[in-house]
Amino acid sequence: MTTVRPPRAPKPVILTDSADLTTPLELLTDVLVIGGGPAATWSAIAAAESGASVVLVDKGHCGSSGVAATSGVGHWLVAPDTERRNEEIGRRERAGAFITDRTWTDAALDVAWHRTAELPGWGWERRGLRGANRLFGTGPADRAFNGPAPDYLRFLRGKVKRSGVVILDHSPALELLVDSAGVVSGARGYQRQVGRAWAIGAGAVVLATGGTTWKSHSLGGDVNTGDGHLMGAEVGAHLSSMEFSNFYGMVPFGTSMDKNGFFVHASYWDHTGAPIEYADLHVSRSELLAASTRGTITAQFTQFTEDLWPQLRAAMPNFFMVTDKLGVNPFTERFPIDWVNEGTVRGTGGLHVLDRSGTVGVPGLYAAGDVAARDRIVGAATGAGGPNLAWAIASGTWSGTSAARFARGAGVDGDGLAADDGRATRHRHGLAPGALARTAAIGLHSDAGRGSDERDWRAVVESTQAELLPITKSAFRNEASLTGTLAVLDRAWSGAHETLAGQGAAEIRTREAAAMLAMGRWATRAALARTESRGMHTRTDFPEQDPHQTHRLLTGGLDEVWVEVDPELPVTGPLPVPELTGASS
Amino acid sequence: MIEILNADRCTECDICVRICPTNVFDAVEGGVPVIARHSDCQTCFQCEAYCPADAIFVAPSRIPLRPDSPLRDEDALLAAGQLGLYRERVGWRTTPVISPAPPTAPLPSSTIDYHRTVETLHRSTS
Repeated sequence: MTTVRPPRAPKPVILTDSADLTTPLELLTDVLVIGGGPAATWSAIAAAESGASVVLVDKGHCGSSGVAATSGVGHWLVAPDTERRNEEIGRRERAGAFITDRTWTDAALDVAWHRTAELPGWGWERRGLRGANRLFGTGPADRAFNGPAPDYLRFLRGKVKRSGVVILDHSPALELLVDSAGVVSGARGYQRQVGRAWAIGAGAVVLATGGTTWKSHSLGGDVNTGDGHLMGAEVGAHLSSMEFSNFYGMVPFGTSMDKNGFFVHASYWDHTGAPIEYADLHVSRSELLAASTRGTITAQFTQFTEDLWPQLRAAMPNFFMVTDKLGVNPFTERFPIDWVNEGTVRGTGGLHVLDRSGTVGVPGLYAAGDVAARDRIVGAATGAGGPNLAWAIASGTWSGTSAARFARGAGVDGDGLAADDGRATRHRHGLAPGALARTAAIGLHSDAGRGSDERDWRAVVESTQAELLPITKSAFRNEASLTGTLAVLDRAWSGAHETLAGQGAAEIRTREAAAMLAMGRWATRAALARTESRGMHTRTDFPEQDPHQTHRLLTGGLDEVWVEVDPELPVTGPLPVPELTGASS
Repeated sequence: MIEILNADRCTECDICVRICPTNVFDAVEGGVPVIARHSDCQTCFQCEAYCPADAIFVAPSRIPLRPDSPLRDEDALLAAGQLGLYRERVGWRTTPVISPAPPTAPLPSSTIDYHRTVETLHRSTS
């Protein structure tokens, strides 16, 4: 296998990089990617391939940060074969309760299929990590990843760097910057390990900051606090399907280990030892969650015969590392479990992208991965694992390509796919960050007022978590509890205008708190508007699925949060499609 | 959460400082990194995978363990080869295991211990 080594992307321009840490690091680049997981790395790679200079900023460390680096590499890969696609997409449509769009799914699967085929050429199979990293077929014309968890992101980081992308680790973005016409033209943030502010002028910006779990201590999820959603909303982006933001992952009791493919067909017992029956845990975990509210439930992987155990252990090295540390054998004994809220990571809500350019409808701004809604792909069910990873490749590729094209001043066509026009010679960028306007509406800018102390942002985080994390409030919803939650969060939002502001590294905390609060308000407001139960959204006051609500909901707004029915209708396949109406909520 | 950074094994390479997604460690000039922000640990095990010296043990608990927890017993965990277990499992360990025991030896070794751990967690969360 020969290694394809494309020419490296042009370097960003360094305006200021001073040893005096009171002077911000200032750069100019064609494309700025905010985030460091699969979507961010694929986006950066795609932008560099299009000839753009690219800077990638990660809140943590690109390669180890986020929910994918700690997880597996089980992409949803389906060969471009009509029968196979219909079968796979049909299954997801049913699970997702028919608010999906198969034209999007098909397109995303195409990109994921073609892009993963490039990995061997990038050296994926040469890593020599005990031969575990193979791209192999599970059936005729099929393809799958296999390999231990952190390899994939570490590999993508290497690919990003070899592409000529400049990576700034531990450099969270705090807010977007816009030019005088409102075009998103950069961002500013803080290098927390250097102790220095950064400001980057960019021809286009890609948000790839992940979903949010409201810092529930899910595996790798605490970095995902909704920062990108808030930054997007502040410049006018909308969100979609935020009511599907309440997925819970089961974990061996007290742990963070929510990577749980084997749980889906496991046996469960309630606190009295009585077996718990369930329907489809991909769609809803309400039977188990309900039992958990009565006492600690136990699980056992009874569905596997002993000859499979070594293979299964190898397939999820992270999960079995945890059970080994705890001294429990999940195949042979019942072990207690509890839950971590996986928010919009395993939920599907996020920024509303308008088309397959990845645009969020604001010039210069694109979204990729879990920060964007995955409702068109998986609807009301979880996109965990496979679909989210396929989506990360697809939306990363779309957004990176489109952002590079926008940065060249070429605009974006309907497909969002740039023509193969070789190297860019002209950079659209040219506006120094100092000439751009800040956009944060909350949680920053202490110049005018006092800075918050730690108690202020902790109070906001804790009150948000108290509303969003408990099963009794988020897994089982009703009008009274949602209204109560909204009142608490709205009050916190009003107060946060006064209390959330910081200087230097403290801005990271105040901004995270503001973003978690904003996500809580959008999720709750959307959950209130969907007066039915569908997928992971369980309303105890509306326990049935309502055919007249077979649509997606858009939400947005900062001080005033609104919800509307998305006029773009679901596109489902040959399966029976419920009658669609324009019923508003 | 991270409970052990073994000072004898640590080579002061500061990789954990760089790769920790939540910035839990601080580098120390001429010394072993310190766990400066323990409460920010998200129990993601990345430091245990990345530490080339098998100096780190991340307990599976997502909240801090009591001081008497067996999952904070540094000597016992060292003896059982539990430091760097995740590195072993992801296939990144390139050198022979330093500890005498096989790396897969579970600790604590019985279900009863685990259930005691769980009870402890129950108490500390309620």
